Amino acid sequence: MDQLVVAGKTYSSRLLVGTGKYKDFAQTRAAVEASGAQIVTVAIRRTNIGQNPGEPSLLDALPPSRFTILPNTAGCYSAQDAVRTLRLARELLDGRALVKLEVLGDPHTLYPNVVETLYAAQTLVKEGFQVMVYTSDDPIIAKQLEEIGCVAVMPLASLIGSGMGILNPWNLQIIIDNAKVPVLVDAGVGTASDAAIAMELGCDGVLMNTAIAAAKDPVLMASAMRKAVEAGREAYLAGRMAKKLYSASPSSPTAGVIAPAQNKAA
Amino acid sequence: MISLTVNGERRRFEAPLTAAQLIASLELTGKRVALERNGEIVPRGQFDQQPLSDGDRIEIVVAVGGG
Repeated sequence: MDQLVVAGKTYSSRLLVGTGKYKDFAQTRAAVEASGAQIVTVAIRRTNIGQNPGEPSLLDALPPSRFTILPNTAGCYSAQDAVRTLRLARELLDGRALVKLEVLGDPHTLYPNVVETLYAAQTLVKEGFQVMVYTSDDPIIAKQLEEIGCVAVMPLASLIGSGMGILNPWNLQIIIDNAKVPVLVDAGVGTASDAAIAMELGCDGVLMNTAIAAAKDPVLMASAMRKAVEAGREAYLAGRMAKKLYSASPSSPTAGVIAPAQNKAA
Repeated sequence: MISLTVNGERRRFEAPLTAAQLIASLELTGKRVALERNGEIVPRGQFDQQPLSDGDRIEIVVAVGGG
């Protein structure tokens, strides 16, 4: 059976989803269910300290017994803050080591700071974390992150939350061709065809949040994304036909065509 | 009287207290939280043995929605 393997653990779904920007936890849960995702990302933030007792908890809606919770470092702009955040996350999640590292470089574009990302990855791998790392679509950086010991490399398709789709499929192709760890597109997917294209390129999976959460009907879009990732994966495994500008090889037999009509008007 | 900075807010307490007592005072007992004291993780199992000192910077975090 075709499965995604990350850090030695197998997953039947190749779609990973974020949990931000939903109307409420009920909608979050419904969208996650419709997506079929087994790995869901969460952010780590200060709790309210008595201002809002009884506030519902995300992990009640998405219990860690049922889903693989992937804590992220969204909002961190330095290696040090990212490492601190994930140490807290590991404590919060009973020692689970699988994490998503992202170190941002700029609040306007949320483009990754790959230098800080490399530093953070080195520290986290040394401390025993299993690091799935968000990065740019630079093939050299992607390879360096793999060599540091990251368990998955996750280049952007386009900027976080932009929905612009895959802007540089050629770079992604190089990253995929060179990688010995899973490559997942993370960020920039806007609609189902983007996810399918990522999978057709040979990505091992796709991670998305806004494309689902910001759709008019997030639960329906989650279902569409599930199908797109599955369809793209099957198309990749099936091996597409070669492209050519036109074909001298019609799909229907050339023999046995009925006699052409006599043109009496001529 | 001691003073702690909890999630960026200054809080005063009549007497020295443990991490567990701080958690209780914030009505967070039993909730899934993680706590950092002056940049170092305090494991949940050690909350009741961890004294807090005047001037400590405490961060208490939870999981929230995010990508």
